[in-house]
This record gives sequence, C-alpha cells and structure tokens, in this order.
Amino acid sequence: MLITRQVDFSASHVCRNPALSDAENLALYGPASNPHGHGHNFVLEVSLEGEPDPVTGMVFDLKQLKDVLNREVVEPMDHRFLNREVPPFDRVIPTAENITMEIWRRLEPHLNTGRVRLQCVRLRETEDLAVEYLGERP
Amino acid sequence: MIHLTRRYRFCSSHRLHSDHLSAAGNSALYGKCNNPFGHGHDYLLEVSVRGPVDPATGRGADLAALDALVGERILRAFDHRDLNTEVPVFAQLVPTTENLALEIRRRLGQHWSEAFPASWPKLERIRILETKRNRFELRQ
Repeated sequence: MLITRQVDFSASHVCRNPALSDAENLALYGPASNPHGHGHNFVLEVSLEGEPDPVTGMVFDLKQLKDVLNREVVEPMDHRFLNREVPPFDRVIPTAENITMEIWRRLEPHLNTGRVRLQCVRLRETEDLAVEYLGERP
Repeated sequence: MIHLTRRYRFCSSHRLHSDHLSAAGNSALYGKCNNPFGHGHDYLLEVSVRGPVDPATGRGADLAALDALVGERILRAFDHRDLNTEVPVFAQLVPTTENLALEIRRRLGQHWSEAFPASWPKLERIRILETKRNRFELRQ
C-alpha cells in the first residue's frame, strides 16, 4: 500500500552552468538562467510503501512523516535562495531534477525503517512541470 | 533515472460517431457526444519521459526540445481545430480520447529521434484529461 503526504515550500533558484556562456545558458535553461534568480511555489509529494501495522492500522504515522518533511526539506529550503543558502546547490545546479534527487537523499535515511520504504518523491515546480524520482534500484 | 512530466493544453472540437453503427446505435452509445454539430473540450495533455540526469546540465530531458516536438506535431495540428474534419486520421477513426491518445503516441514516436537523437530520454506515458472528470492514460 502507498501513502502520500504533500507539503510545499517557496524558494528561489538559478539554473546556470558556470562553464557555459550566457547565450548557451539561455538556450539550455531559458529564462531560468537569469543570474539574479526567480522563484516557485514548489509542491512536494512523498510516497511511502508498506503494509498497515496490525495494531495501529497505519502504514506510517502521518504526523511523524510531516515532521520529517518539515525538518529535512521545508525548514532548510522554504523562503531561501537555493543556490546561495542550501548546499549542495552552491555547486550542483538546482534544476527540478537535482532538487528532487537531493530531497530523496535527505529523506531516505529517516523513512526506510524496515516496515516501510520511500517509494517516490514527486516535485511540482509549476502546474506544467513535475519530476518524479523512484531511487536507483536494480 | 528521473521521470519528468510536462503539461500542455489544446482546445478542439469533435463528434463521436461510428460509421459501423446506425443513427439510433450512435445516439445510444455516444449520447450528447454524437450531436452532429460537434462540441469541444479544453484538453490537458501530460507527456512523461524518463532518462538519467545529465551531470553537466542537471536535466533529465531537454524541455525546449520536448516543447518544440509537442508544439509542432501535436498542438499545431490539434489546437483550435475540429478533429473530425481537420486531422486526416479522424476522417475514418472516431476521435474518442482513447484514439486521440494513440494518435498522439504515434506522432511523438514517429518524430522522437529527430527531437532526441541520443538514446535518452524515452517516452514513458501519455495522459489526456478530456474534462476534469475523466482521463485516459497510455504507457509505452
């Protein structure tokens, strides 16, 4: 069974590769390459997979899941400029793809408890762009 | 491997009518959608792709290339068109959203390697929301 919790955070970022020229960055990332930054209301959905506990009837305590999401993602990223304030985005380009994978790395140690496992991290950057990461499994 | 979903919109009219059925049979099967004058929808099209994240760009797919492919092959052909009379395949085939999804997959598949000459990303899923109450999904 899958359970999914949603949180959101608002942050600014710049998608720019310092090894490329302004024109190349613009061609690759479009207006997201503006060096001054821009922002989004990111919507994060995190899914856990497991079976309901026979005693509690729950796959995972949703309050506890909310606490983990707030501590590991919302508090460090909400109302921040990701490139300047949230490592590793001082050296990793904070595309939606890289933010999604970083969120997976932050969450996995707290959510793979043996009873459940992290199944999917889904990040919606805008209404028209969503990224999903299911981990790297053979 | 990352999965990326991009959403597009197009507005089209259509009429559901099968030449294999009688007038009464069409009316019973398709109901209001069989109205001979047609009707329309604001379709939402979600195109999902999967691929490894390029360490140099941080991207799993070139969004500009995807937008250009969908824009040229789907939106330009379907948006603000009457599907039955302006999209040749639907002269014969009933433009249900099922058939629309199959046609979109066919068009994207046909031109995929022009937009993405490398082995990644791959087309993973097409999903069409015809209205907010129904949606149709096709996986590769």
